[in-house]
Amino acid sequence: MSELGGRLIGDHHPKSPIYRFRPVIFILIPLAAILFQVYISRFFEVLSYLDMPLLVTVYFALMRRSPIVGLFLGAGIGLVQDSLSHQPLGMFGIVKTLVGYFCATVSLRFDVGNSGIRFLLAFFFYFFHQLMYWVLLRALLGQAGDFDPRRELVVALLNAFVALPLFRLLDKLKDRA
Amino acid sequence: MDFILQRYRNLTVLLVVVTAQLVLLAYQVKSGQDVRLLRVWSVTAVTPIATVVEVVRGATIGFFQDYFVLLNAREENRGLKQELGRLKLENQFLKTELSTADRARSLAAFQQRTPSRTLAARIIANTTGANAKVVFVDRGTTSGVQPGMAVVTPDGIAGKVISVYPTASQVMLITDASFAAGVTSGKHRVQGTLKGQGHGTLIVDYVPSELKVEVGEKFFTSGDDRIFPKGLPVGEVKVVRPGRIFKEIFLAPSGFAQGLEEVLIVLQGVHQVLPGVRPDQVPYHILPAPPDDPNATSASTITESQRTEADRLKEHYRRLGEAQGVRFGEAGRIPDFNATVNAVRKQPPAEPPAPPQSQPPPSQQ
Repeated sequence: MSELGGRLIGDHHPKSPIYRFRPVIFILIPLAAILFQVYISRFFEVLSYLDMPLLVTVYFALMRRSPIVGLFLGAGIGLVQDSLSHQPLGMFGIVKTLVGYFCATVSLRFDVGNSGIRFLLAFFFYFFHQLMYWVLLRALLGQAGDFDPRRELVVALLNAFVALPLFRLLDKLKDRA
Repeated sequence: MDFILQRYRNLTVLLVVVTAQLVLLAYQVKSGQDVRLLRVWSVTAVTPIATVVEVVRGATIGFFQDYFVLLNAREENRGLKQELGRLKLENQFLKTELSTADRARSLAAFQQRTPSRTLAARIIANTTGANAKVVFVDRGTTSGVQPGMAVVTPDGIAGKVISVYPTASQVMLITDASFAAGVTSGKHRVQGTLKGQGHGTLIVDYVPSELKVEVGEKFFTSGDDRIFPKGLPVGEVKVVRPGRIFKEIFLAPSGFAQGLEEVLIVLQGVHQVLPGVRPDQVPYHILPAPPDDPNATSASTITESQRTEADRLKEHYRRLGEAQGVRFGEAGRIPDFNATVNAVRKQPPAEPPAPPQSQPPPSQQ
């Protein structure tokens, strides 16, 4: 295995670090992300393309490296998001549960401190989130939904670019276990 | 079993959580009921913060606007005479005041002008739904807002209330893809269904191709949907295309002309006359309505030969009910349909209402 490959999948860390956060961080940061989504996007329409609750879910799931914590965090953020939408409760909840679980599972294999990995994961999970939401909208609610793969790929790139500085900022809040 | 649960603990928890949410979703879809408690918690937690942020934002912007206006006026004042400077400053101040108060004033003027009872509200946040055009306003059940109420601006309709909470309400904007309302064109009185498309343009559907609609024609609410009072502006036709069965009519909404920050919730709607040409003002002669035909056959003057078996049965039951002192359509005693009218009339007057099984029939006494 090459040195780069070894670094990406975290082979140079025999035991990858698990980061802990104070409990209040798990409440305040998702709340701030949801407020950002419902409030800031009202004045800057371009910012409505940023899915801050999703990026926060991805970040915490990656850093905690626990699938159970990841899926409960995703479910919590998703359900709050659902309750602020006009859709039945559970749509965002299910999708973000899956995102939290898979993020945490993937984080066990990769060096989640690497910016390249973070970029790729944020990009992939944004697209996965949008695709799953659209599938559930069609399958469970029978609604047509709006999913343009090309547009979603571009928006996923935008979210991934925003994820890098956001994750660096959130890194300052972590306590290493 | 324990080994499997331990071995696949993460996957098991995932399946349980996803299944629980699927059941929750299925319950809501099947029963059509909402899990209101969670929504109330979330909205009550988020909207007060949004309201505070909105107030702080408004105050901050107002402060900086005033600061820059004053700074600008002071710089100008240095190169001018004192009197001219004072007038300019005053003029500038009044202009700023006018522009900032313009929306609020037009809203208040409209509120006084419209016969409907309305409540001013401020939009405080968007909702989280993907591609949804739904917003939160700062008025809820404590202000008397109910689901289904119309939301308007002085320039036209803006949306409708879809759910209410103590301190806030969700308003679906007319541009939302699932929005619909009944509309009528101002000039040709063509009726159709207004639909949102998820972006800035609206569409009027179900207008037959043979009817005439012109570009630039204005559409108004028809009142048929029982949400929007009749006669409120909706928008102006931008594009009309002939279709196979129905026309394709695209509107530019008029309700968002001055932006969308303050709105009015219609608490008690009053229908209004549609603007445009009234029937008595058309430029051609219209005869008055024909008088009633005295020879016309009404339902009450059907001859015996025209009666059907159902008519006779209905008449029989009506007389039976009258003879037994029972009024159909009201809760209470059920008449004895097996009795004959004459037998009932020979009996003494009916006793106070009681369950049929507790009182034996007269023939058995």
